[in-house]
Amino acid sequence: MNIYANFKMDEVDDTSEKFDQFLHEQENKGFMRLLTCGSVDDGKSTLIGRLLYDSKMVFEDQLSALERDSKKVGTTGEALDLALLVDGLAAEREQGITIDVAYRFFATDQRKFIIADTPGHEQYTRNMATGASTADLAIILIDARRGVLTQTKRHSFIVSLLGIKHVVVAINKMDLVDYSEEVYEEIQKAYLDFAETLGFSTIGFIPMSALNGDNVLNQSETMGWYTGKPLMEYFNTLDIDAGDDTRPFRMPVQWVNRPNLNFRGYSGTIASGTIKVGDEIVALPSSRTSKVAKIVTFDGEFDSAHTEQAVTITLEDEIDISRGDVLAAVQNRPTVTNAVAADLIWMDEQAMALNHPYLIRLENKTVPGRVTAIDYKVDINNLQQLAGGDDLALNEVARVQLALTDRIAFDPYELSRSMGCFVVIDRMTNKTIAGGMIRASLDTASNVHWQALDVDKQARASAKHQKPAVLWFTGFSGSGKSTIANLVEKKLHARGNHTYILDGDNVRHGLNKDLGFTDEDRIENIRRVSEVANLMTDAGLIVLSCFISPFRQERQAAREVCGETPFIEVFVDTPFDTCEQRDPKGLYQKARAGEIKNFTGMDSPYEPPENPEVRLQTPGHTPEEVADMVIRYLDDNGFLSP
Amino acid sequence: MSGLTHLERLEAESIHIIREVAAECRNPVMLYSIGKDSSVLLHLAMKAFYPSLPPFPIMHVDTTWKFREMIEFRDRLAKDLGLDMIVHINQEGVEQGIGPFSHGSAVHTDVMKTQALKQALSKYQFDAAFGGARRDEEKSRAKERIFSFRDANHRWDPKNQRPELWRTYNNRIHKGESMRVFPLSNWTELDVWQYIYREDIPIVPLYRAKVRPVVERDGALIMVDDDRFDLKPGEVIQEKRVRFRTLGCYPLTGAVESDAETLPEIIEEMLLSTTSERQGRVIDQDHGASMEQKKQEGYF
Repeated sequence: MNIYANFKMDEVDDTSEKFDQFLHEQENKGFMRLLTCGSVDDGKSTLIGRLLYDSKMVFEDQLSALERDSKKVGTTGEALDLALLVDGLAAEREQGITIDVAYRFFATDQRKFIIADTPGHEQYTRNMATGASTADLAIILIDARRGVLTQTKRHSFIVSLLGIKHVVVAINKMDLVDYSEEVYEEIQKAYLDFAETLGFSTIGFIPMSALNGDNVLNQSETMGWYTGKPLMEYFNTLDIDAGDDTRPFRMPVQWVNRPNLNFRGYSGTIASGTIKVGDEIVALPSSRTSKVAKIVTFDGEFDSAHTEQAVTITLEDEIDISRGDVLAAVQNRPTVTNAVAADLIWMDEQAMALNHPYLIRLENKTVPGRVTAIDYKVDINNLQQLAGGDDLALNEVARVQLALTDRIAFDPYELSRSMGCFVVIDRMTNKTIAGGMIRASLDTASNVHWQALDVDKQARASAKHQKPAVLWFTGFSGSGKSTIANLVEKKLHARGNHTYILDGDNVRHGLNKDLGFTDEDRIENIRRVSEVANLMTDAGLIVLSCFISPFRQERQAAREVCGETPFIEVFVDTPFDTCEQRDPKGLYQKARAGEIKNFTGMDSPYEPPENPEVRLQTPGHTPEEVADMVIRYLDDNGFLSP
Repeated sequence: MSGLTHLERLEAESIHIIREVAAECRNPVMLYSIGKDSSVLLHLAMKAFYPSLPPFPIMHVDTTWKFREMIEFRDRLAKDLGLDMIVHINQEGVEQGIGPFSHGSAVHTDVMKTQALKQALSKYQFDAAFGGARRDEEKSRAKERIFSFRDANHRWDPKNQRPELWRTYNNRIHKGESMRVFPLSNWTELDVWQYIYREDIPIVPLYRAKVRPVVERDGALIMVDDDRFDLKPGEVIQEKRVRFRTLGCYPLTGAVESDAETLPEIIEEMLLSTTSERQGRVIDQDHGASMEQKKQEGYF
């Protein structure tokens, strides 16, 4: 596709064959991502600075800045303090430590490298996990004077937990132990003893002095007894091909590509495997199957596509696929489930709480979920399994059970990072609070793939000539939710719509009669109501729900349960005092008398919606007028046109 | 590691990021600075959604002091590609007559670039803005996330960034907050040039050597791009064969003497070069952590 026809460049950019060859070689370099693990004292920043400096990635102006900074804050006397090349943020430069994940770049003739530089202090486990999540090889730094330390074990464990298969142990500061072969061998033995259980495919050991450059780029002259490769050569030659391309095909759908009525494609990055035109695929979790019609890219149509490529696939059949689905090989499918066992690294000051509603963010989909049990915690210092308990603090690691409100398709993390990874997001603060690795399904029926149901939500809704939706009325007791909802329902009914009202009267006496009015019970009440509302919209109905539903988080959870179904939050904004004056059921009087506990607005809070779709200020209006406002909103936004 | 080359991997990663934003954010925008990194970013967006056009507008924050050739290039490209290009200028700054010659680089950049950008993001209520920044450009950029959270005042807090693992990008924000998204985070300057060459991406002709009128000022060669240039006593306009390694406001962008006209020559020159690319930008040279301060204040 040539979109730049008017910009003539070809004639000016003809080139000599020699340089063409060079550019071609540059283009065809391999690619590897590294992680460095070690503390400030192990000389980690110095090693990275050395790699950049020795591979000529440092420019003259940076070098003069380095000379200036070395004199000002350096720790190496007259020599250049290479660590200063790396320590970026002003705050940490003053403290003399690195505090976050930084990414550095260098290249050799064979490969291009990205180094994730992460600090080694215990409180920064989360940073190391972040860097490790995308790395192919980890460099574990050990100070030759101090040998294998607790932190060495900690780092190696996190590296293994995050699925890095290759490790090189850099035994640094050999200059301070007289370049002793004995020290090197002791450390090697100690490391191998404990790393046995960590499941690495390769472990290398290199004695070096990053400060002096021994065994970094060049073979050390002072350590003739070491016959292995220097670090840079090790990077260049290590075979890290994980064979993802030979694994079964998986593509999480990111975006549905619909430029016009004649084209419907599914865009995504291939997580594993290869796909060819004509291959049979299954869309999960729906289990519908089809065949690949075309593999479309800007650079033309492809016959096949491979792991890591970002493509757009069109199918022979029109089946309902949306963002969050996974396209997979028909014969070899991922597991579909709504309950998993996973390893969790907690990354937030606020501890994890069992059964608290969180958001689980997979590569292409966000699903509400709860941790229902902690099987065990891991002491990352000695890898001992500890009793579970019911919370998880910052930087703690645990094997947990996770219940999701929606089914997901996954592969175990050790087989596919893309298909087995997730982060946990806090609903209120939106912070990323944990990283997780799915290990197995907890649902024994999960490998029984659902028969795709041909009568789906859309079919049922179109039989009714309407669009399903949830109208979620919230407000104080006596604010007029039910009165207004009843009027809205009458008006909708008169237009031929099929509706249903869910309120305390029809839910509290049956479905939820086991629930009281404590915060926990209110939350469970609303959870069940939202599930029922979701089922009813699946049946094609327009649902009107009338509950005080005082907590923002629970209303948000209800919205998420309903997924893509339009969820219209209607805030019946009647002031508390007005409600108390009206007191249609005499409840306020009883509450004032102390006969009712946990009464919303008195001894239990009401969190008003921040951005409701509809806000109804009732004072000064008749219920009829207010109901018309709701109908008008539905009309204006196209909910009532079939 | 798969069989893809590093450029193919970088391209796929960037496309993935761009698609995530389109799928998840309510009202994203792509910031376009007309420079080579922007050219690559826009090209990747064209690729990511093909055969659709990018499902978001492109926006240029115009300080009114860009090289004339940049503006011509911008307008032609937007027209040819059929893109929705928003051009935002800080009118208050224009009314106050703010400019680099009269007010100095710091005030000019703050009012016409930093403040203008914040104005535009607030005006259109964008919840996510793509930028072309790379981690290899500058030390403080090396720690920036790909999805970088900004509070309601557009501020970046380097000590309180969200952990970013795998490709599970967390783009959730509250009302008024926003995301800056950097799809080129893992590219280096050489990658950008190689990709431009491989994909035949048009770049502003100012990157190519040509005889141009320049004035030597504080050790930098500043091009006389229009009659607003305030020639100081003793300064002489010279005709020199120069090109630009980076583009910005013409009074703040130093040229380098060069014969590199074609892309291979430019790449060759870059590889042999001993100074890093941002040296041409006057604002980075103040003191050690100046870029980091600018970013905390909302500069991209």
